[in-house]
Amino acid sequence: MSVDDRLAMEMYRGMLRIRRFEEQILNIYTAGLMDGIAHLYIGEEAVAVGVCSVLNDEDYITSTHRGHGHCVAKGGRLDRMMAEVMGRVTGYCRGKGGSMHIADMSLGILGANGIVGGGFGIATGAAMSAKMRRTDQVAVCFFGDGAANQGVFFEVMNCAAIWNLPVIYVCENNQYGEHTATDSVTAGECIADRARPFGIPSEVVDGMDVLAVREATVEAVERARAGQGAAMIECVTYRYRGHHVGDPGLAYRSKEEIDEWIAKDPVEGWKRRMLATGAATESDFHAVDEAVEKEVLDAVESAKAAPWPEVTEVRKHVYA
Amino acid sequence: MSMPEKQLKFGEAIKEAVAEEMRRDPVVFMMGEDVAASGNIFKVLVGLYEEFGAERVIDTPISEAGFVGLGVGAALTGMRPVIEIMFGDFIALTMDQLVNQAAKIRYMSGGQAKVPLTIRATMGAGRSSAAQHSQSLHAWTSHIPGLKVVMPSTPADAKGLLKSAIRDDNPTLFYEDKMMYNLKGPVPDGDITIPFGQADIKRTGDDVTLMATSSMVHVALGAADILEQKGISAEVVDPRTLVPLDKKTLVESVSKTTRAVVIDEGYQSFGITAELTSVVYEGAFDFLEAPIVRIGAMDVPIPYSKPLEDATIPQEQDVVEAVTAMM
Repeated sequence: MSVDDRLAMEMYRGMLRIRRFEEQILNIYTAGLMDGIAHLYIGEEAVAVGVCSVLNDEDYITSTHRGHGHCVAKGGRLDRMMAEVMGRVTGYCRGKGGSMHIADMSLGILGANGIVGGGFGIATGAAMSAKMRRTDQVAVCFFGDGAANQGVFFEVMNCAAIWNLPVIYVCENNQYGEHTATDSVTAGECIADRARPFGIPSEVVDGMDVLAVREATVEAVERARAGQGAAMIECVTYRYRGHHVGDPGLAYRSKEEIDEWIAKDPVEGWKRRMLATGAATESDFHAVDEAVEKEVLDAVESAKAAPWPEVTEVRKHVYA
Repeated sequence: MSMPEKQLKFGEAIKEAVAEEMRRDPVVFMMGEDVAASGNIFKVLVGLYEEFGAERVIDTPISEAGFVGLGVGAALTGMRPVIEIMFGDFIALTMDQLVNQAAKIRYMSGGQAKVPLTIRATMGAGRSSAAQHSQSLHAWTSHIPGLKVVMPSTPADAKGLLKSAIRDDNPTLFYEDKMMYNLKGPVPDGDITIPFGQADIKRTGDDVTLMATSSMVHVALGAADILEQKGISAEVVDPRTLVPLDKKTLVESVSKTTRAVVIDEGYQSFGITAELTSVVYEGAFDFLEAPIVRIGAMDVPIPYSKPLEDATIPQEQDVVEAVTAMM
């Protein structure tokens, strides 16, 4: 393993925090404790954690409608995320954004986005800004396989290439755009190929393998920080659940297919590798599991107890 | 005592505003199609590239959605982009970036984010440019909470309002009627900004209020001259910014004159004339002696052929006839 034991356990803990957080989101949805819907990241944890394990607080990310995992991995607070999902004023966005718009500008989390492909311009512009301000910040644009068919994707890749911008496009190919199989609506061998005509280096990695994602990101971030421009990483992964909490996700895919992917689970797989290499013991995992469980349940309890926004809040923050 | 001033063309005033703000604040930069060495297709920005160089005066690919998207990201992260949309019609290509991203990020993030982005877009018919290069689409962006909308009518207003737009922490659409670029007028010297939300009475009068935006202010002023010869005293009120809108000045003027005609170059239906009219009905109904008349662009795609095109744009004579009929 090319990461030290401490970092290996941090990545495990990061993935587990996302997994447990998302499980609680499903619980509170089922219990009628949230008014909207949410898109669960379960199964894709290795992507957010592998990528964000390489980033600093000052680096930028843009996220997607399936954004909880990116926010957690970039350092977002679970209690403020949970409060946001439950519409409470203590949430990241004072209850005005909900699941699909969580942002923490102080951590460079420039927002989840309800528009598929909505992060392309923002991330590329943040990279342009970093370059103009002569910082060594990079911007990561998380996007799904569905967003790869939006026209603005090609516009921003062109800009990133001609202006040599420090942006890394991370495609989470989870095999389905909403309820439609990616293969059936996406031309070409792979999405990574779409970067090549722009001269942007790209590769396909196993998105169920946190180390593979991290290593690809290390290379891309090093290039970007060295002024060598953009990169693209296509992470092949799978969405265990439906498109959103209310979608069983079984009308358009088989139970067998889902089980095949679950057998490659990123969290369990990483744990097995760490045990096999002696990076940690069962009791180390036990301690982490308990701490994460408690952190997530505390976040739920604090959100439940948190106040709703006053109605007077509704007209605030339209303009600066 | 009069303020020191000089005569500038509308286009020159715009360039001065951008240049002064770029000198004043290193995070201001200019980006758009053909804005650098060419100085933009209307030659409005000539000299900017020579002074500030390619790093701050940036020619973009013809990718309106892409570069407006980049502007949103740059504005969120410490820059103050000024982006030119060569023809306002191309705003259609940028709508997701403006409407769903720029306008909403501050609110959706609970006030964490700010988007100090200025979009300079042309508007206006009159050059035989046909249906895709002549529209005035400012009503679209005025409809969206989170965006500000500026409609200068004189060189002095253009300079003062553009400087305010660039300093404003909100995404702001600044519409320039391309038929006014060579219009000359006095512009005060020095670092003068004009605050948003302050209408300007361009001519005082007693019998009727002509509410007009952008180049239609000059149509209204021309009509007022003709009306004066007929013994009718017209007041010309220019809101200058549509968002925020100075409702008070509009309502006060009509409360005094008791009649109003509203003139705007956007399509008449569902547009700015409808909004301004209802503002006056809500605020000055009891004072009105005649129904308000709206004059917008004809509800047709703007045609190429000169006599056809002219028929679609509000003219002085339309205003004179409307006023004469309501007296």
